[in-house]
This record gives sequence, C-alpha cells and structure tokens, in this order.
Amino acid sequence: MQLSCNKAKGSYAAWYSGLSGGIALLGAMLVLLVTGVIPLAAQERPYFVTYSHEMEEPGNLEIASYNVVGQPRGSNLFLGSNLEFEYGVKAWWTSEFYLDGQSTQNDSTIFTGYRWENRFRPLLSEHFLNPVLYVEYENISADKGLREVVGHDGAADFAEANAIARRGVEREMELKLILGSNFRGWNVSENFVAEKSLAANPWEFGYAWAVSRPLALAAKAQACSLCLEKFQAGFEMYGGLGDRFGFGLHDTSHYAGPTLNWTAPNETTFSFSPQFGLNDYSIPHLYRFAVSWEIEQFLGRFRRGGK
Amino acid sequence: MMRRLILLCWLAGVPLLAAASLPDGSWLGRVPPREHEKVNPYRGRPDAVAAGRRIYQDHCKKCHGEDAEGTGKRPPLRSDVVQKLASDGDLHWLLVNGYMKKGMPSWSKLPDPQLWQLITYLKSLP
Repeated sequence: MQLSCNKAKGSYAAWYSGLSGGIALLGAMLVLLVTGVIPLAAQERPYFVTYSHEMEEPGNLEIASYNVVGQPRGSNLFLGSNLEFEYGVKAWWTSEFYLDGQSTQNDSTIFTGYRWENRFRPLLSEHFLNPVLYVEYENISADKGLREVVGHDGAADFAEANAIARRGVEREMELKLILGSNFRGWNVSENFVAEKSLAANPWEFGYAWAVSRPLALAAKAQACSLCLEKFQAGFEMYGGLGDRFGFGLHDTSHYAGPTLNWTAPNETTFSFSPQFGLNDYSIPHLYRFAVSWEIEQFLGRFRRGGK
Repeated sequence: MMRRLILLCWLAGVPLLAAASLPDGSWLGRVPPREHEKVNPYRGRPDAVAAGRRIYQDHCKKCHGEDAEGTGKRPPLRSDVVQKLASDGDLHWLLVNGYMKKGMPSWSKLPDPQLWQLITYLKSLP
C-alpha cells in the first residue's frame, strides 16, 4: 500500500513537473511579450477546434499554445498540448506546423508527434459563404490534444496507459472543407472533416461549427486594455460522424461549450472555453485554454534593414 | 455638340482609367457601383479618426508603414488613388475583399464600424 502510494505520488510529481515546465515556458514567452521584445498584432477567433475562413496575414508568423484538460470517467486527468506555428505564405495560403504532447496524471509526460497542414482559399474575394480547402498530414501516437474529433473517437481512447497507446503510431491524411461567413460583426464557421489513416483503416468523418462576435463592434478612440471590442465571445460544437462503414451518430462523441477570448495589451490573445461532453461516449468536461502571439513580417526581420 | 461631349468624356475618362490601372489602383475598376456609393457613417468625426488611427497601428502599419508612406512593394496610402480617386465605399470594398493576388488580405474579420473608422483615418491623412 505504502509502495503504491509512493508510486502514485511519484507519478503525480512527474506529471506536475511536466505541467510546470510548460507553464514556465509560457511564462518566459509572456515576459518577452510584456517587455515588448516580440511585437505583435492579433485578431483571433475564440475557436479551439473549428477553423474560420480567415487566413494568416502574408508574412506573419503566429505562435500559439493550445491546451486541453480533461478527465474521462474512471481514468486519469490529462493535459493535452499543441504548440502551433502558423505562417501566412500568401494572402490565400496559410501553412501550419504543430508539435503535440500530453501529460497524464499517474502516468507520464510524452511528446506525441507532429502535424503539418495547409489551407487554401480558392475564391480570392469575400462572399456570403467563403470556402477554404484544408489538407493535413499527421504523425501522432497517444495524442490527447483533441484538435479534432472524427469517426468513433471517444472517452475510452483516453483511458489507455501512455506506454501502450504510444505503440500505435498513426500516420493520417486529413481533409477539411471550411466554410465561413462574416455578417454584421458575427462570424459563423462550419467544418466538414474526412480523415484517412495511411494504414488500412477506413475513412472517418467529423464536423465542427462555431459562431462568435466581438462584444463591441466599434473601436474606442482611447487606448484601452479591457474595453469591450477586445473581447470576443462565442459558442463552439464538434464531434464525430462515424466512418465509411458506419456513418452517423452511433458510438460517436460530441462536445459543445461557450468560448471567450481577450486581446491583451501588446495584442496577445488569451482564449478559454469550458466544454461539455454531450453523451456517455464523450469525456464529461473539457477545459480549453490558449495563448497566441503574432510576429509581424517574420522573414522580413532577417533581411538587411529589417526591423 | 455631341462631338464636344464625347471629347470631354474622353479627356475626363483617360486620366481616371490610367490612374485606376496603376499597380496600386487597378482594383478600382472592380468595385461594383453599389459599393462605390456606400456612405461612411463616421465621416468627419474626430473620435473616428483617433479610433481609426489605433486600428491602423494594430493591423496596417506593418505593411504600409508607420505614416502610411508605404514599404517595399506595399503601396503608400497617402497616394492620389486612396486620397482622391477612391471613394469611402471603394476603400470599404477593398478592405472587405482584399486584393489577394497582390498580397493584400481580406479584412472582413474586422467589424464594419471598425473598417469605417479606419477609412475615416485614412481619408484624414494630409
């Protein structure tokens, strides 16, 4: 009993150590931001899973940390993290690279893989409904970042020990059709997801949609940190739609919840969303939080005379 | 009489077309008439100029320069195209749609009132 208690304490310490390492990294980046070492600009939507049709501005690099905390029934608490590097290649083409990791209480903290995605906007002007095509390659194992839910993904996937779960490396292609509209300050975004493992697994499907709006539409004349236009609130919902052999809602998980973000001084964006599993197949509660920074004209800084 | 009218139209039209086809003004020819005629609800309001300046600093200066003087291939916003040829509605259309082929992104993510505030600031530039 004493041994198992010590082991649990040790695992918790390891988990806590991994978590505090992540927090220290975030803290260091915050110090850089507050001291103005990294100049920034941002106007992000408060979405965690759903993509809007809005692309990264060409030449800008966004660095973001997306995190989710959850606890499946009868399993250990986990923290899933994605470190995202998003670059605006062209006004109509955005490329992103992710490094993923997770930390599970009473288990371990591990690197779970990487993803590379590209988004293309085929119509070069704004319409009522704006399509964006999304292509992603991912190489992950034991992922708990929950950046998308497809097929029959469910709470049971999160119960496996890391040592076992990481044996199965998933190499997958993911396609998304992103549709977005901006109307009178509101943004409405819908995503249709199709994912195919490069091994023998069948196509899996999912969806995500979200809606958001700034709390004030006009900007204040005076500089302010907590004025309403700096906040965006919204609602997000996503889930799986089965696979090629069992399309539909049977044995699929779904989540929904309100979302909020705040663009802080120095244009750093903090986002938060409590999300709720909508059936027994889902994790009961998820708490998502993110911090994003945008470095303007990133490559220009390395050219002669770049500021 | 008819000949004079045609000549007058031609004389007035050529400079307009020439200006509109300048590298940074070719988009003017694509603005629908309804958009061209849109009225800026913030026009002339000093508070809108101040708010528009803040929006400019946040989103535009990185490409168009601290004082809208342009940088590299990014055009100045104190040019005749922006200050004289383009109406407020034209600029609003450009901000919403962008000019993606030339690198100008769509700013439809900014709410309409902020776009009009930004235009009010741009039009206030000397």
